[in-house]
Amino acid sequence: MSKGTLYDKVWENHVVGKLPTGQTQIFIGRHLMHEVTTPQAFEILRERGINAKHPELTFAVTDHVIPTDIRSRPFKDEQAELMTKTLEDNVREFGITYFGIDSGKQGVCHIIYPELGLILPGQLVVCGDSHTCTYGAFGVLAFGIGTTQVSHVLATQTMAMDKLKIRCVKFNGTLLECVTAKDLALYMIKKTGVEGGVGFAYEFSGEVVDNMSMEERMTLCNLVVEGGARSGYVNPDETTFKYLKDKHYAPKEDFEKAKEYWKFIASDKDAEYDDILNIDVSKIKPMVTWGVNPGQAIAIDEKIPEPDDFNQKEKEEAEDALEYMGLKGGIELQGTPVDVVFIGSCTNGRLSDLEAAAKILKGKKVSVKTLVVPGSETLKRHAEQMGLDKIFIEAGAEWRYPGCSMCLGMNPDRLKGTQRSASTSNRNFKGRQGSPTGRTHLMSPITAAATAIDGKITDPRKYLEEESL
Amino acid sequence: MTDQFKIPEKTITNIIGRAIPKPANDQNTDDILPARYMKEITFKKMGEYVYFDERFKEGKIVKEHPFNDEKYKGATILIAGANYGCGSSREHAPQALHRFGINAVIAGSFAEIFAGNCASLGLVGIVVPPEKITMLAEYVEQKPSTEFDIDLAQKVIRYDEHVVEFDMPEGRRQAFLNGLWDAMAILEQNEGKIKETAAGLPYLKFR
Repeated sequence: MSKGTLYDKVWENHVVGKLPTGQTQIFIGRHLMHEVTTPQAFEILRERGINAKHPELTFAVTDHVIPTDIRSRPFKDEQAELMTKTLEDNVREFGITYFGIDSGKQGVCHIIYPELGLILPGQLVVCGDSHTCTYGAFGVLAFGIGTTQVSHVLATQTMAMDKLKIRCVKFNGTLLECVTAKDLALYMIKKTGVEGGVGFAYEFSGEVVDNMSMEERMTLCNLVVEGGARSGYVNPDETTFKYLKDKHYAPKEDFEKAKEYWKFIASDKDAEYDDILNIDVSKIKPMVTWGVNPGQAIAIDEKIPEPDDFNQKEKEEAEDALEYMGLKGGIELQGTPVDVVFIGSCTNGRLSDLEAAAKILKGKKVSVKTLVVPGSETLKRHAEQMGLDKIFIEAGAEWRYPGCSMCLGMNPDRLKGTQRSASTSNRNFKGRQGSPTGRTHLMSPITAAATAIDGKITDPRKYLEEESL
Repeated sequence: MTDQFKIPEKTITNIIGRAIPKPANDQNTDDILPARYMKEITFKKMGEYVYFDERFKEGKIVKEHPFNDEKYKGATILIAGANYGCGSSREHAPQALHRFGINAVIAGSFAEIFAGNCASLGLVGIVVPPEKITMLAEYVEQKPSTEFDIDLAQKVIRYDEHVVEFDMPEGRRQAFLNGLWDAMAILEQNEGKIKETAAGLPYLKFR
């Protein structure tokens, strides 16, 4: 059993008590929402005739269904309009702060909430979205929950939970060129398998994580759920504190006092874990997925595995994945033509991701449809001040408004037929990008940018020497 | 827990019925309920969309899909592989299964968020080792009329002359047996202690 970890301390602080079922009732310090997983939860409250217990601890945004080209209301898509309108009505009725299109702060939920300073070390955060784990980058316990649980949190500011085991994942060694947090995460998921993290929360540490920016830590924590872990976190440090300083909702006059608390909740030096996983990063190369789950990944210069490389059960899965993806084992993945490149999402739609992609694309032309979808209005403005929009537009890419977009195709940004995409998002599941037969290759923004130029899956190291931003 | 608490009358002790075998590993929530069918503000129609992209291809019904196959019609138990329900947190996925008529899922293992969502709907999720999943699936394929009895009190599955033990988190088992799986009622009981916990959190007071 774990002892003295950030998880233990934060969990302990939020325990209300034991429920008659033996589960723990846990207080929720921050509750975040979007339009897809909440309408039925508000309906449950209305049916019971109850109010939101702590509306001041809940914040909402529209991101999944929002169009990224023309955003005038009503949206062309009537279902999208209804979902947005329903959320707007609900937040008004229940007194919840909402970041609408006209707020200047709208964007992908997991990008805007940290950007606004709403995520602070030591919090217990939930949201009706599996990528809630992103917030772990700040030293919080963050869990994705379902809609009925959203109603529990709205009504009582608590929910029933069981404590997870804790696996300490240490990334040590020297990173090779063009290897990003995305590549480390895909490598880790390949190593553990997509089921490897079930029952665990991950604590990330090691010199590589210590040296990461907050945005890189968010990418790393964002992807833990793809490896089966419900949550993942990094202990707060000076990088965290520096990021939070002067953020809109972060403490101001109490900042130093808060900092002491944030240091206190970090894992003790002699903390005990349920499991430890050491990863030497020095041999990791840019990673690309070839199959239909994020664990089906290879280094960009590797050959696609042959079904015979796997055991019986995995063999069937590999055969099925190759058939769906229209690929053959034993050949290079590099050079496979793509139809669409998508740069964005809660995984890789932050400013540093766009900067990295722009660095490769500067002065070049894309040869396939390329969508660049910034994660928020705030960072979109920032990128435009830096001239990144011009680099993308001059390269022939489309510079869009913020939203989840082609990560899951709930808005008009979708693959068509068996189109193949190079995507910086988080899931390469069958049908994920809006077409039931669409094909997705996950990769970092740098690899996606290189792929956009060549129109086929491309090793970004090829463009290393030419960069000049 | 306070004394005035009353147990809701929703105890679930046994799930009895025939089964649908679908033993693949890593079936994700996009498989179970594709994202484009989430664009609704109620769960009412979700049962129609379950496994939609597998069950219907290019507008045509895929007759051999276990959820379309006549021989499994009316089954209430799903037999699935490991890591069932991985992917997104969408409750639309278990809602779709439940509204299609599934009352229990026997799997090699479950993704965490999915398992929690099932429990809060009264959809029973139980775990047996992978080799037992293969065995059960093959048994049902050969004899689709097999009637199963999932006994939550004894933690066993009975069918014909066979008995298989299963596992599940104890808190969830107790919640089903005692009718507490709709957690809202028990969470609402502890108002005083909730206030106390909130008062003890320094970050709620930082300015």
